[in-house]
Amino acid sequence: MYGIGLIKGLGVTLKHFIETYLDDIRWLGRRYYRDESLAERQGPHARGIFTVQYPEEKLPVPEEFRCIPFLVYEVGEDGERLYRCTSCGICSKVCPPQCIWIVRSNDPETGRPIPSPTEFFIDIDICMNCGLCAEYCPFDAIKMDHDYELASYDRLADHIYNKERLSKPVTYYESIRPMNFAFEEAARAEKEAAKEARRKAK
Amino acid sequence: MTLEEYTDRFTGMLNFDERKGYEGYIVHSERLVEFARTIRDELGYDYLSSVTGVDYLPDEQIEVVYHAYRSQGGPGLVFKVQVPRINPIVPSLVSIFPGADFQEREAWDLLGIRFEGHPNLRRILMWEGFHGHPLRKDWEEPYFEESEKPFNSRWPEGKAFRIEENKPFKKNVQYPPEFTPDGWIPEADTALYSGMVRLGAKDAGNGRSLETDQILVNLGPQHPSTHGVFRMVVSLDGEEIADLKPVLGYLHRNHEKIGERNTYLMNMPFTDRLDYLASMGNNFGYALAVEKLMGITPPERAEYIRVMMAELTRIVSHLFSIGTLLNDLGAFFTPMLYALTERELILDIFEAVSGSRMMCNYFRFGGVARDLPEGILEKVYELVTERLPRKVDELDTYLTDNEIVRTRSIGIGVLPREQAIEYSAAGPVLRASGVGYDVRRAESYSIYDRFDFDVAVRHNGDVYDRYLVRLEEIRQSLRILQQVVRDIPDGEFQTGKPQYQVRVPPGESYGRVENPKGELGFYIVSNGKPNPWRYHIRSPSFINLTAFGEMCKGHKIADVVAILGSIDIVLGEVDR
Repeated sequence: MYGIGLIKGLGVTLKHFIETYLDDIRWLGRRYYRDESLAERQGPHARGIFTVQYPEEKLPVPEEFRCIPFLVYEVGEDGERLYRCTSCGICSKVCPPQCIWIVRSNDPETGRPIPSPTEFFIDIDICMNCGLCAEYCPFDAIKMDHDYELASYDRLADHIYNKERLSKPVTYYESIRPMNFAFEEAARAEKEAAKEARRKAK
Repeated sequence: MTLEEYTDRFTGMLNFDERKGYEGYIVHSERLVEFARTIRDELGYDYLSSVTGVDYLPDEQIEVVYHAYRSQGGPGLVFKVQVPRINPIVPSLVSIFPGADFQEREAWDLLGIRFEGHPNLRRILMWEGFHGHPLRKDWEEPYFEESEKPFNSRWPEGKAFRIEENKPFKKNVQYPPEFTPDGWIPEADTALYSGMVRLGAKDAGNGRSLETDQILVNLGPQHPSTHGVFRMVVSLDGEEIADLKPVLGYLHRNHEKIGERNTYLMNMPFTDRLDYLASMGNNFGYALAVEKLMGITPPERAEYIRVMMAELTRIVSHLFSIGTLLNDLGAFFTPMLYALTERELILDIFEAVSGSRMMCNYFRFGGVARDLPEGILEKVYELVTERLPRKVDELDTYLTDNEIVRTRSIGIGVLPREQAIEYSAAGPVLRASGVGYDVRRAESYSIYDRFDFDVAVRHNGDVYDRYLVRLEEIRQSLRILQQVVRDIPDGEFQTGKPQYQVRVPPGESYGRVENPKGELGFYIVSNGKPNPWRYHIRSPSFINLTAFGEMCKGHKIADVVAILGSIDIVLGEVDR
């Protein structure tokens, strides 16, 4: 009969409509602004409404999420910043849109390059968030951030990040990428141990 | 009969390409049309996949490269024509393979190769007042800094600057000699309009009592149905379409020139931006092309991960396509959002695996960027065995029998089998016309030969069949995914050490994959340097548009929107 398909289709819409209300009753006032309900609502068992009440609620980002690189520094004994970056330039060489500028300087006395960047610029208007810089950095010095709320009022003044703006402590890195951090620390410890062993063997 | 016997017939005019790393034949331009007819009619290479040009600046010559295949499947045939670099003229193959139409226009536009006998050899991606042919090796773009990345100014004496500061606005454009932009009247449009088929109201006389008028309508570039910036010039007889011409290039960024400036690895994230609904599939094609040149194969686990990602991408893209098609048919956003809900769940997986929902940049030469994070396989398993099959069935119940969908799409935009092959249509558009051509089967790549799946084929070639083919392909992808999740081995995800500067031996390669939109090909020429010498993309959306005008003729203007929706173009890929 003509119209059966339409009615079947409307049945699907009705099912979705009812499921949303059933879901409402199931969560009864606890549907929004709670992590467990958000995980359920956005997970493979989701029924009913699928929306996220941004910005009151935010989807948790997975560990690998990448948005704008930052420079990792460790805090020294006197509270000074010890950058992991040695200004080797691999990140600026691998960067597809070429948005990384590194200023390397030489020691005024010896004339040899200092293994730390004097300045470090990233034009975040150009950055395409590909993550290649973080992937190929041999010193784990540049990592991709999780902060995606980057709007600003002045494009010309605010969108070239300098070293100051890019620096974040290693504890922050640990907090956003615990698995990667643990893995890298383990690899580093192993390397150190191997070095130690080699030195002892000599 | 083999091709070797034909070398006798074309004595002196047909030679093997003997350069190291190259394949195929070099045909003399005088005999090209005859050769093309021979391979089509006598050898069965009836499907011309790709036409492109390469500017060999050091040798002072330009080469046009053709890739032809048999629509029954199997390996392809590469043939080339070499002409001098100054004023290159090559006979057009449009009369034999109409699918070469847009591709030859593109080669004229970007490389300045004149195709003799082409019915409408105008620029296609650039505007008519553009100066020069940008893919020529000696052409420099207005923001030109250096001819190869990495640029020297970035390190060690990096100084941050905005490119606009170095090349202020209005100083950044080159015009042809004796051209003043202020006094310019776009003549191109007049030429375009005058080329349109118009039926006189009397010629069109089909017994209707109402007299109709001829009008020209521009749909787009800003039109919601075009899914981007895309313009269709439609000549109407009443409400019936007499002729339709697509106008492209509004999103053109000369991806290929950027690609030739980049190093091999840098191109990987750029491929994401082609068909941005299927970034993993684009990565796949590019990785295959470069791996073919490098002569490496990824480890087992990486192959499985790749197939998994490519099939998830297919589901994402087809869901999106079905959703937008229904939007175009007027079912405003309800089916679209049901489809997008499922898409979101897959994008969550992409985000966890690669770090980005759409711009995945996940594949590397000889593997993938990183291993699957913990818990992802379980998530995929749950999706592909439980939720997605249920939801696809729901979508099927929801839409397939719907009378409005059926009346709006059955018999609309018909592309017959022969025409589909002639016009080099690909993907669901080709398969809905009764050609069971799927690169995964026709010339199996990666590990697709291990999986049990069917190629979805329908025979009517209309909008409805394209929709059904997509729905069926989602089901087949789910089948493949179930096998992937079952069989995926442990092990390495990358061969060798990750390198940021890969060594690619000189030669050419054509890597093609079955992307959701159709056959995506990457033609790469390496000269052993860190940057590709030529980087060409055979983009399925672009070539599928060649037949668009034909499909629309005789239908109503409201159907244009539906037909375009059923071809499923992505402008990032059309305009490149």
